[in-house]
Amino acid sequence: MGFGLTVGIVVGIAILIVIWVIAKYNQLVSLKNRIENAWSQIDVQLKRRYDLIPNLVETVKGYAKHESEVFENVTKARNMAINASTPQEQGAAENQITGALKSLFAVAEAYPELKANQNFLMLQEEITGTEDKIRYARQFYNDQVMLFNTLIQSFPANMIASNFGFREHEYFPMDDEARENVKVDFT
Amino acid sequence: MYEQISGNIWRSRLLVVFFIIVVGAIGYGFYLAYNNPIALIAALLFAFVSSIGSYYYSDQIVLASVHARPATKEEFPQFVNVVEGLALGAGLPVPRAYVMDDPAPNAFATGRDPDHAIVCATTGLLGMMNRVELEGVVAHEMSHIRNYDVRFMTLVAVLVGSIAMLAHWFWWTGRFGGYRSRNNQGGQGQVIFFFIGIALAILAPISTALVQAAISRRREYLADASGAMLTRYPEGLASALEKIENDHHVLTTANSATAHLFISNPFKGGRALSSIFNFSTHPPIEDRIQRLREM
Repeated sequence: MGFGLTVGIVVGIAILIVIWVIAKYNQLVSLKNRIENAWSQIDVQLKRRYDLIPNLVETVKGYAKHESEVFENVTKARNMAINASTPQEQGAAENQITGALKSLFAVAEAYPELKANQNFLMLQEEITGTEDKIRYARQFYNDQVMLFNTLIQSFPANMIASNFGFREHEYFPMDDEARENVKVDFT
Repeated sequence: MYEQISGNIWRSRLLVVFFIIVVGAIGYGFYLAYNNPIALIAALLFAFVSSIGSYYYSDQIVLASVHARPATKEEFPQFVNVVEGLALGAGLPVPRAYVMDDPAPNAFATGRDPDHAIVCATTGLLGMMNRVELEGVVAHEMSHIRNYDVRFMTLVAVLVGSIAMLAHWFWWTGRFGGYRSRNNQGGQGQVIFFFIGIALAILAPISTALVQAAISRRREYLADASGAMLTRYPEGLASALEKIENDHHVLTTANSATAHLFISNPFKGGRALSSIFNFSTHPPIEDRIQRLREM
């Protein structure tokens, strides 16, 4: 009887451990998928900004022909971002786009007719909205990475993580310049 | 936060059970008085239909009652962009954006879960706020959605609304029945009056208590705080609340059943509410602003 009881307890504990491992594994998988999804959301918004830039440049050119340097900077930064091969390069190029767009909008301030153009106003709102979305998508991505990294570093979940090959994810750097741009008040 | 979510889900279930019991009990009272089972069946039918209906359609009912219409990207690009951006930040599906044509600045969220959520703002609010302030307001509503506050608060709005409807109905048939009974069957008229009195005595404080439970201060402070976490900029909401506080328009489309849904009390304290419902309002705005500024 005593032997049977011991076996029962051991088997019970083993089953509990297996259930716990399965639950933790599934939690890690769903967090990992959420991080990947968050990453693709950032990508979607970055691409949206690439798409808006040519339109914006064309619209502004119609009113401010002499500001060619500003247009060139925006277009150059955009091409750099699209052709970037490493995340670092891309990050740097994205920051350049943000800066170049900021000076483009600053230049636009000097052209009252441009500022009254419906198409320009719509593009300005779209770009501001997209930059906002980039910031929020990065923020969510980083929040999820922090959750995930904390989980796979903590005991005892770290044993599962190392056995099943879950690796820490890298944070997406949040540059202060991009944040500042968001706070600009266009109303 | 997870505690808040499961709390709201349980409160919603209890609310529905409680509603069915109360309406059923009133139907049972009529059944005992008249020995007619139709009253009981009708009451239970009413309770079940309005509970199920309010679970699935409460957002539509609320939107219709405040005369809201969908906000298109062409007409309200900034509002739609801000809602989309904050949904990304919160990791939630994008809620549908609605507007009410009203100069009073106010906003609310409704829906049964984050997959069926709605954020609604007045045109007054959209015209008055700059981008960061609007982000603050929408982030507050987004927190209500994430915490499932919307489910409980919307259920309360619709069930209290249907209790008010029931109370009105009792009141009018009571008066009508009263006149008739004086001419024809005095004894039964007395019984009708007795039950109407009891029913109203039960219904009125219940609705008041429900609305009070829904306007919990903790819920609003939590939404303010997690909204500020989302935008990482508490001053946006603080300054928006300040503008709302300094505005003196009264939101005409809100009523006592939906008042607790709004980010700030639509009646501005001064106006007398519907006579049956007399409840305390939202937490004081000054207090919310101060807490946001101390973050």
